[in-house]
Amino acid sequence: MIKGNFIDNLPKVYGIYTGGFLAFIIIMSIGEQMGMTAKTIGICFVAFTVAIYAIIGYLSRTAQADAYYVAGRQVPTVFNGMATAADWMSGASFVAMAGGIYFKGYGYMALLVGWTGGYVLVASLLAPYLRKFGCYTVPDFIGTRYGGNLTRFLAVVVLTVASFTYVTAQINATGTIASVALDIPFQYAVYVGLISILLCSMLGGMRGVTWTQVAQYIVLIIAYLLPVFWISNKMGAGFFPHFMLADEVARIGELEQQFGFVKNAAADLKTVPKGLAGITKAHSAVNATPWGFISLALAMMMGTASLPHVMMRYFTTPSVKAARKSVGWSLFFIFLLYSSAPMLATLSKLSLIDPSLPTGIIGKSIAEVQAIDWYQNWNQANLMFVSDFNGNGTLELNEFFMGGKAVVLATPEIAGLPYVISGLVAAGGMAAAMSTADGLILAIANAISHDVYYKIIDPKAETAKRLVVARVLLVVIGFAGATIAAMEIQGILGSVIWAFDFAMSGLFFPLVLGVWWKRANREGAIAGMALGLISGAGYLIWVRSGGSGFLGITQLTFGIFGSAVSLVAMVVVSLMTSEPSAATQKMVDEVRVPSGRSILGKQ
Amino acid sequence: MSKQAQHWEKTRGLLIMTLAIWFVFSIGIFLFGAEMNEVTGPFGYPLTYWFTCQGSLGIFVILIFWFANKQEKIDEEFGFSERGDD
Repeated sequence: MIKGNFIDNLPKVYGIYTGGFLAFIIIMSIGEQMGMTAKTIGICFVAFTVAIYAIIGYLSRTAQADAYYVAGRQVPTVFNGMATAADWMSGASFVAMAGGIYFKGYGYMALLVGWTGGYVLVASLLAPYLRKFGCYTVPDFIGTRYGGNLTRFLAVVVLTVASFTYVTAQINATGTIASVALDIPFQYAVYVGLISILLCSMLGGMRGVTWTQVAQYIVLIIAYLLPVFWISNKMGAGFFPHFMLADEVARIGELEQQFGFVKNAAADLKTVPKGLAGITKAHSAVNATPWGFISLALAMMMGTASLPHVMMRYFTTPSVKAARKSVGWSLFFIFLLYSSAPMLATLSKLSLIDPSLPTGIIGKSIAEVQAIDWYQNWNQANLMFVSDFNGNGTLELNEFFMGGKAVVLATPEIAGLPYVISGLVAAGGMAAAMSTADGLILAIANAISHDVYYKIIDPKAETAKRLVVARVLLVVIGFAGATIAAMEIQGILGSVIWAFDFAMSGLFFPLVLGVWWKRANREGAIAGMALGLISGAGYLIWVRSGGSGFLGITQLTFGIFGSAVSLVAMVVVSLMTSEPSAATQKMVDEVRVPSGRSILGKQ
Repeated sequence: MSKQAQHWEKTRGLLIMTLAIWFVFSIGIFLFGAEMNEVTGPFGYPLTYWFTCQGSLGIFVILIFWFANKQEKIDEEFGFSERGDD
């Protein structure tokens, strides 16, 4: 069936894979008809998909540095786009995003704009030039462009701080899903998640991660879009929700007017379980100040362009031209999910609050709501809660509380979809969290093994030894992440946003100016990275410990302060010290044109 | 001016244009979010709402492909494009 080169056969391979996955969904739904329990279906979905990823990871094993670090630089544009989209869309995007929009409306949608707009910066400012450079890791670029071990080391530090903050959240998410789907305690589920993650990346490095990420993208996008379309059709809201939900959005606005946003007493709110929230913000009205919205979007955009696990995906394309196009494809594949999240939030909210719909619960009696099957399930899972604060016996809008995850996880059940869809959603969430965790762990392990071990400690190390070190680090970092995740000390979304702020504080300007400003030199880069990271982190600590902040910069946007300090420090210090050597300037000139051999390939 | 300097000047021009469009749809329009939301946008959604969930996102996708094509043309014009692969 498959002849010749693997790369030439990619469309066929993944076509068969997608067909196989759809067939699996159909088999499961037949199984459900024949009386398979919900639990068995959940286990089958997660176990089957994870087994496939593990097989792909095993088949991609390699002993070559080029394949391990950059997948042999032969990943075609469109497939790299899919892999990047999976790399990018984390458990938070998959499980928490629709929930965020559901509860916070416009103010939260700054994240949608920020997490997509950042790709314009990636495509125009950085990706093609770093691809031309021919580096294995992001610190590799910083270290060679500015020279010296200190710059390289600082870049590794920033990368590790940002990525590690991010990865614990992802391992946490795989643990949550594994614990629900496989019905095991969270403390063990975290390690089940971790082992699944390592199966994809250990043997094949970037090559293994690339081909599993493509497979994971296919699973996660089917798992997200299928329920959205199905629910929309079932509710009669429109057969293509993205173009047809205007009436539903307007109807939510009407209902909000009718019910009003009643503020609950603090004593009443204390009785609501932790992590659950009520609807307190308008769905489609503008409810944030322009600066509140713009500063969050801007921080996410600059963070996107500085996060190494995304940037390194563009090192795997065959050419500079392909790297640029590939950014476009990445964003297209991300767009498919991101543009669906607000639609899911709309459908979910309307189906719950509209009294004229059979699923609507607002206006029903409390006792009636408490008797509904799905309410009991999700109440038990600590994701839903109702309470009769005003004692009138009827459920009001301000008396209904839900967890952010419930929008994605519970809406299919509320809308009356078969359980097979819930199993599919669990597999999708697992794929999203695993693919991001893989990219992040690999980014950290590669930076430490390549930049710290090979370039600084032992430049004569043989390939075999380097790859052993890289794999040992992968396992160590994975376990460190899982151990912290098992302690459950931080929320998923907060730590994800911090990662962007850390990355932009320390890396945005050193990367961008490295290409676009020839005069930038080593001293400037050192000052930019060190002061940027320190001031960003300092601001975060200050605001967290009760500081008032300034210019409306919050703990979610502290990167704006950090990167501003980084820019000023870098420019001032660069201009105060001597300009870079002629060789460095020539190197920058060469980076700026796509033709010719890559910079590092020459050595 | 050398061929390389000319190439870089054009590249920089394209960058500025790309970033200007990016700025308008990621930052500029949201300065007027409240006013714009009074207007009915495509498919009947309130305009600002539509931009946050589809408009800006879609424009970014198109912008990147447009940028990539333009940059390829610039590279070809000065003979700096890579050969033999895609």
